[in-house]
Amino acid sequence: MNVSHLGQASPPLRRLSELRGPAPQRSLDARALAALAANPGCRRRALLDAAGVDKTALAQQLGRPAPFGQSPFAIRRGLQFESRLKRDGYAVLLAPLRRRLGVPEDEALSLAVPDLLPSASPAVRAERTAAALAEAAADPAGWTLLDHPLLRLDVAGSPAYLEPDAVVVHAGRCTVVEIKSFPVLDGSADPANVGAAARQAAVYVLALQEAAARLAGRPLSAGPYAVQDLPGAPELTVLLVCPKDFSSLPVAVPVDVRRELAVTRRQLSRMTRIDQLLAALPGGVTFDLARDASGTPTRPAGELAAAVAAVPAAYAPECISTCELGFHCRSQARCAGAVEQLGRGVRGELGALRTVAEALAAAEQGGGGGPEPALEEGSGLDEAAERLVYAARLRAEALAAGGVR
Amino acid sequence: MSLLSTLARLEAVRAQRAQPLATVRHRHLSERPMVLVPLAAAGESGAPLAVLLGTDREAPRLHFVPQPLNRTQRWEFLAAVAREVVPYLESFGDEVELLEGSERDPVSGEKVPVVRELCADAPQLVVPNAGGVSHLALLGRSTRFRRTVEDPDPGEYPSPTEVPLLGRWLTHLTDRAQVPGSSLLLAMTGLLSRHWATGQSNLEDQHLAARLAWHLPPAGLEPPAVGAAAAEWVESARDGDGLLLHPPAGPATDPKFDERVLAPAILRHDAAVAVRERAEAARDGAEVRRAAGLVEQAHAELARVLLAATLPTWHDVWRGLDLLRALPAAGHLPDRWEGDRWSFTMHRDRVAAGEPPQPRRDDAVTAARKLAQREREQARLEIQEALDDPLAMAERRLAGEAFAGEVVDVVPEWSAGRSPKPRPLLVVRTDDRPHADPGREAHRAHAEPAQRAEVVSAAPGEVVVRLLSGMGRRKDPEPGSVPEPGTAVVFTLFELAPRQSAPLPEPADTPWTHGGPPVAVEDAPAGGDEWE
Repeated sequence: MNVSHLGQASPPLRRLSELRGPAPQRSLDARALAALAANPGCRRRALLDAAGVDKTALAQQLGRPAPFGQSPFAIRRGLQFESRLKRDGYAVLLAPLRRRLGVPEDEALSLAVPDLLPSASPAVRAERTAAALAEAAADPAGWTLLDHPLLRLDVAGSPAYLEPDAVVVHAGRCTVVEIKSFPVLDGSADPANVGAAARQAAVYVLALQEAAARLAGRPLSAGPYAVQDLPGAPELTVLLVCPKDFSSLPVAVPVDVRRELAVTRRQLSRMTRIDQLLAALPGGVTFDLARDASGTPTRPAGELAAAVAAVPAAYAPECISTCELGFHCRSQARCAGAVEQLGRGVRGELGALRTVAEALAAAEQGGGGGPEPALEEGSGLDEAAERLVYAARLRAEALAAGGVR
Repeated sequence: MSLLSTLARLEAVRAQRAQPLATVRHRHLSERPMVLVPLAAAGESGAPLAVLLGTDREAPRLHFVPQPLNRTQRWEFLAAVAREVVPYLESFGDEVELLEGSERDPVSGEKVPVVRELCADAPQLVVPNAGGVSHLALLGRSTRFRRTVEDPDPGEYPSPTEVPLLGRWLTHLTDRAQVPGSSLLLAMTGLLSRHWATGQSNLEDQHLAARLAWHLPPAGLEPPAVGAAAAEWVESARDGDGLLLHPPAGPATDPKFDERVLAPAILRHDAAVAVRERAEAARDGAEVRRAAGLVEQAHAELARVLLAATLPTWHDVWRGLDLLRALPAAGHLPDRWEGDRWSFTMHRDRVAAGEPPQPRRDDAVTAARKLAQREREQARLEIQEALDDPLAMAERRLAGEAFAGEVVDVVPEWSAGRSPKPRPLLVVRTDDRPHADPGREAHRAHAEPAQRAEVVSAAPGEVVVRLLSGMGRRKDPEPGSVPEPGTAVVFTLFELAPRQSAPLPEPADTPWTHGGPPVAVEDAPAGGDEWE
């Protein structure tokens, strides 16, 4: 449990821990936060993440396990790549930073790499990181590299722990370093990958901004684009480190994350406060898997599904690639005949028509009566339904003309 | 996604079966396509693992890299693939049509007649999905600059001579695949998406087997079924070992497969090779023979697991081709296929002329040309599809860009002037709601010759247009050129011939605003940094 530093467990925290049951708490990572920020309307995910429920195990017990995993080849290559970065005193990371900060190439460089107690509990690690960060920020001349620091960020009223790959501190400012395995090919990388990395890095920058504000005892500035002028404040440009072309040689590229930072801040602030979600929850709901002595979950899937169903989800097909419960929510959306199963845009196209059956019924309303669509005033059809009738007529006509049916 | 395709998806949900999005086939399908199912090694971009390929559905051929990190084995793999793919591609270069044309002589400025060759047919590669296309593009990029033993400076690790040639072809084909409506390299998921809607989202449609499960029951599912449940089964059903019953279509493999099947098999192969090397070093004949047996065994085991990982997808691609072949071909396919034949012929000529491989980055003029070509082809494709397919035209009618109806009255009128020309008014009864403001130009679809008109008035249910051309040169219109009352007509508010874009300068005349004429940059020798 890592709530000890908050003093007495407050009622919401106690309730969250009840939701989780005796299982160890899963802390939110930046990837999860970025996914959550991409779908801020999903109360189910917000609550499960806040409670630190092991969603992978939950999805497994619900009968629709998450399809995520990492190939051993990818892991091995990732480790190999990171070890390359550490050669020659992190020269690959420091050279582009020095260029950006205008530090002469020949100036001697003493790099401090403080021990951040990697095997301690999250709360201890976060405290240790904060101390190391404050110490490094106070030294104007030295260079400090925080290897896998742990940062705390409060998300919708519950703490999340984030672990950037590295943070480099120099002259009272720090820079987030994000190491990725996709290549920079001929000077450009896949925009989807870069976007995902930038969103993830923006979460780290936000956490560092909050840390710097906490340290200085000042509130976080209101404008998301404002550069903080505090010791230990993060740069709004992060360093993305990727393999160059087809080699395993690293190349570091600065990426401006101001826009992603603004989006993340806005999305996180929009997230429903956890206490409100808890208040809306019926009593007695828990996501405890009731593991027996051997660690096998014994909670019946039906009961668990009912507990999960007590929190509304905002399913979209994108969830399948980001959320462990994606398959479960999809099957629920399909059972309910929700139009979201066809994609996010479909909701907007169909207006007030929320289910497949409703939409098809609306489309056929005009189709039976003959070629003239129901256009009369006061027919009770809204604009979306009217267009649907028109589309259905055109489709039937075209299929008949094409001889398909 | 338009409302019409949303409607088709809704119908597919209800029917639990794919629904048509086209009444004809909008892409050319070759009589003799080559299907490729490529797999990539995880963790390294563009690193090949295996490919199952061939032109004979019954006889796919597997090539693979026993140790994906071993560069020599990678070159051997690529050379083997090149020996399959390049002869297939080049086999289309022999039979040519001779076309007479004229060209302006650069010196004298006079027109001189020339005879140009156009290959009678062109190759067609089919991969399972868009990921397959990008994987081939990465392979092309990583191989086309390789130096071979024939180079004056072969470098430390020369590659077999076929490899850079394969790279240039793959680069050309993947580049051409970016041109809308082209068919030299096709992704099966894209083909199916163009012609049918499923009851799931676009995102899920990227999974070839899941997509196909809306057409045909997937192999191995008992009892046979189609629709959402079948799609979910191919996406996620696993056996007792946690392995997917239907492997993904690649190029990425399932991580569980990597962990439980592939990694141990590679390890065993590596171990057998190590034993053989030790025995060879010790000059122990009996041990070398035993170790060679072990290597062979491990190699066969790898071949077995990789075949099992690609064969289901191989069958899926062919089943997809069957579905598409059952559709009648669209009328404009020969026209667009000719563009592909030109593209193929021109690349064949560039290779034969010994031109250097495509550069890493296009210069400004080439990039602008490519972009202009893609825009032009996109416009042409949209027009041709609308003319070929009532469903595609329905999209345009729904958008208010076209209207169909029946001619209810024809009012003969003539233009003023010394030699009056026919300018008849057509009253068209239509249930469509076109954005037809008076004075707007309209075009009659399927008119031969092309017929232009002008909107005179538009009221709900009725549009009046005045025909302006396509009626001959006399005072009275040619018989049959003006539709009689009762004729069904379609008018479009978009032009039926794509506009030509403004000409672009030669690369040597690139203006300074675009970086000036390209400087011949010495491409960094490709050997060194790559794939180490």
